[in-house]
Amino acid sequence: MIENTFEFKHWFTENFEQFISNLNGESWESVNSLRREAMVNFSNLRLPTVKDEEWKYTNITPILKETFKPVHAKSTIPKDEIEKFLFDDKENILLVFLNGYYVEELSRLKGVLKGVQIGSLAAAIKGNSPLIAKHLGKYADYKEHIFTALSSAYSRDGAIIFVPAGKIVESPIHILHISDAREEKILNLPRNLYVLGENSQASIIEHFVSTEESTYLTNTVTEIFLDRNAVLNHVKIQEESKKAFHIAHVGVDQERSSNFVSHTFLFGAELSRNDYITRFNDEGGECTLNGLYLIDGKRLCDVHSTIDHAMPHCNSHEHFKGILDDESRGVFNGKVLVRKDAQKTNAFQENNNIILSKSALVNTKPQLEIFADDVKCSHGATIGQLDYDALFYLKTRGIGHEKAKAILIHAFASDVVRSVTIENSKSHIENILIQKFDKNLN
Amino acid sequence: MEKMLEIKNLYVSVEGNEILKGINLSVNTGEVHAIMGPNGSGKSTLAQVLAGREDYEITAGEIFYKGKNLLEMAPEDRAREGIFLAFQYPVEIPGVTNTNLLKTAVNEIRKYNGLESMDALEFLSFLKERMKLVELDQSLLSRAVNEGFSGGEKKKNEIFQMAVLEPKLAVLDETDSGLDIDALRIVANGVNKLRSKDNATIVVTHYQRLLNYIIPDFVHVLYNGKIVTSGGKELALELEEKGYDWVKEHAAELAAG
Ligand SMILES: Nc1ncnc2c1ncn2[C@@H]1O[C@H](COP(=O)(O)OP(=O)(O)OP(=O)(O)O)[C@@H](O)[C@H]1O
Ligand SMILES: [Mg+2]
Repeated sequence: MIENTFEFKHWFTENFEQFISNLNGESWESVNSLRREAMVNFSNLRLPTVKDEEWKYTNITPILKETFKPVHAKSTIPKDEIEKFLFDDKENILLVFLNGYYVEELSRLKGVLKGVQIGSLAAAIKGNSPLIAKHLGKYADYKEHIFTALSSAYSRDGAIIFVPAGKIVESPIHILHISDAREEKILNLPRNLYVLGENSQASIIEHFVSTEESTYLTNTVTEIFLDRNAVLNHVKIQEESKKAFHIAHVGVDQERSSNFVSHTFLFGAELSRNDYITRFNDEGGECTLNGLYLIDGKRLCDVHSTIDHAMPHCNSHEHFKGILDDESRGVFNGKVLVRKDAQKTNAFQENNNIILSKSALVNTKPQLEIFADDVKCSHGATIGQLDYDALFYLKTRGIGHEKAKAILIHAFASDVVRSVTIENSKSHIENILIQKFDKNLN
Repeated sequence: MEKMLEIKNLYVSVEGNEILKGINLSVNTGEVHAIMGPNGSGKSTLAQVLAGREDYEITAGEIFYKGKNLLEMAPEDRAREGIFLAFQYPVEIPGVTNTNLLKTAVNEIRKYNGLESMDALEFLSFLKERMKLVELDQSLLSRAVNEGFSGGEKKKNEIFQMAVLEPKLAVLDETDSGLDIDALRIVANGVNKLRSKDNATIVVTHYQRLLNYIIPDFVHVLYNGKIVTSGGKELALELEEKGYDWVKEHAAELAAG
């Protein structure tokens, strides 16, 4: 095991110079110094084990056993292969990434307002966009998180979105991250950056899918900066292959009175680890983190969140629900940090889980660290089974056992789904749920 | 007139406590039976057993429904074969609308009987027609099942579901309790409209009052897990007059006949 750990780190340290020298035109010094600094952090940081408090229930050994390597060249796939991942045919803005690279011919950019930038991070780096120097690497800490350090060292492509002050992007921006590991076990490193200027508004859907049920690793980092009064409606749908690994870090910085609304749906992956780290840099901010994880088999889903109430008068609402079947395992760790000066903070957190089998397990831990005295904070966690009385009631109305179960599970999940306001992504999520629950019914 | 339900020497335990202690009851098509008795006598237990509640243990006895061994049937199959229980305490189901519940139920039952599903429009007009029967407020259709319903609304909703599912054997467990007189009349009217010579009703109640509206053919008094006496509709009046203490005091004599 120790040997493998060494090799994973060794491979990426060894091949780093090679990676840098292969970048042509995407290597302005500002970016390269970030990459190099992150590489130093990566080599100095230790890969986490279950002895680390933050990784207590999530053993990454299965990841280290494999040799996942980044893909060096752009590729493409036929258009009809991505059809099933699209929400509908009316989507105006679609960014397609294949194994971490932007695929222009599959993407759509209809009706994008002047001044709004939506596209490939690699292209922005190549064009020496000032956004890069100003924002890249600023909102997702790579000094403590080894996988974020890896992403930062090897950052190359991903989605970049910039909405200038006062602009409103009406159409939802659908970002499709496809992994195609049919040929080899790849490491997919999408690196995303969303910057919303003062009073601007956008809706972004990060959608992770794969061409087949193959084994690969996605290590993705999304950095978000919301300037004063900006509103970002964020949805993440993770439908990775059930044999894949998914490690994600979303880092958010919120300026005065900005509003971050996020809904996360975690359906896929053998093992997934999702870190949300948000910070209020000024007063009046709102942050909503909702989500649903639905897993079965021997899979594991880990959600870690930190909401940093660094300033007074900010509100956060977090509600994650989990549905666990078979021998699956869920981990929820919700940290709410209310710093000394953050008076008048409202922070609410809730984690509810339903266990469908005797062997499924959830470790849920609220972690409230409150240093201010005039605050309203609450948290709650539940782990339960399907309500027997409700199940019986449905059956006495002629509804069969499996269908009755499906109805109740669906109902349990429904409030999280209902609170999604991006309609086309909501129906996509609904359809996933219907397919999952009705699979053995008709 | 055919035999619909036959309960023979039924013993039931709940969590190790014997609740029903040798129930015998026979119900024919076209009949209305009232089961009365003091609190805790086992009325709801009997009703739940008929509906197929799995955590109630049948320690002895048999139940036949339309000639079939009822105890071998899953709750959903009992419902599909025409048994309906109006719950004393209807269950709240957040996230599932009344319409959705009924649509699924109707189509599951139709499928069981080899019929096509009803389409949405057809179903909606059917619902609306049935709603009139119990004067149910239309807004309750799109609300989550029983969630936040008043006591009366819950009871009405049970009868509404019954009207939609058109059972052969309806078991109404204290559907009258907590209803004001107007609501009681509406509920009773609904039940009466659904009566026919082909189906049967078991009305579980504490009070004689409901039986002024739903006239029973037989009245049974359940006490301490046993039917201690049975009679015609006049037994309900007698019971009302003498009170349940009379039953308790004379249980032994009554049982002896
Ligand atoms: N889940 C249970 N566990 C243990 N005892 C139970 C359970 N359910 C019912 N009982 C007991 O069984 C007995 C019969 O209850 P049941 O609900 O059938 O009475 P009932 O005649 O319907 O009363 P009521 O008029 O109050 O509705 C009571 O003593 C009750 O406490
Ligand atoms: Mg009762």
